[in-house]
Amino acid sequence: MSTSEILFWFLSVLALFSAIMVLVSKNPIHSVLWLIVVFFAISGHYLLLNAQFLAIVNIIVYAGAIMVLFLFVIMLMNLNKETEPSRNIWMKFSGVISGGLLLWIFVSATRSAGEIVGKTAMIKEGSIGLIENLGKVLFTQYALPFEISSVLFLSAMVGAVVIGKKQ
Amino acid sequence: MSEIPLTHILFVSTALFFIGMYGLFTRRNMITMLMAVELMLNSVNINFVAFNKYLFPENLDGVFFTIFIITIAAAEAAVAIAIIINLYRSHHSIDVEDATEMKW
Repeated sequence: MSTSEILFWFLSVLALFSAIMVLVSKNPIHSVLWLIVVFFAISGHYLLLNAQFLAIVNIIVYAGAIMVLFLFVIMLMNLNKETEPSRNIWMKFSGVISGGLLLWIFVSATRSAGEIVGKTAMIKEGSIGLIENLGKVLFTQYALPFEISSVLFLSAMVGAVVIGKKQ
Repeated sequence: MSEIPLTHILFVSTALFFIGMYGLFTRRNMITMLMAVELMLNSVNINFVAFNKYLFPENLDGVFFTIFIITIAAAEAAVAIAIIINLYRSHHSIDVEDATEMKW
């Protein structure tokens, strides 16, 4: 086993374990902290798949901005273990059944897709994900979606302010 | 050099997606449900980057899809949290079972 394989397995186990802990922990603050661990593990995966810029963006936007917003809201509402609503056992059961069946279908579809089975690539090789290459494509080929996303942000900001303000 | 099959990465992202889906089904707390949605979005991002790396290593389309998904997730989280705060103000609870006015 080489270094990047060990890293891949470590990151995968870390991501899955922390994703389960997000749902298992009763305290919402612990859920948010475990979710930040998931995002760091996913950023490690991006680094292995040589999307270096994306790894940094993932950490800054998710762990830095979105999760801090979640933490603020949870602390503002004073949520803790006591305010966590009790979960119905049948709801859990149906969640396991439907999620498990769909997982099964997805896994067998992946295993039977002839084009992607056995496809390998050099992990952590190449520099296509560096910001220089990304910037060139972003401002030529993807200029229109880039501008449209700024309009999306403006409307989301206006919407959040209008919804959030006191009547 | 080491080589990891594409299917391994797809299994990881599939498992993450369904962990998120299970959370969306079972949790009744709106903040935790939103966190489960973020988990699902991230598993899809891994898929995009992995397919980009393995199938079209000379292109960047998968990376750009992921960047746009991240921007949309940020906007979505901001609006969803505004809705949750508004709901908390009127119902004093963020349990989805308590917001039943629009139920038939």
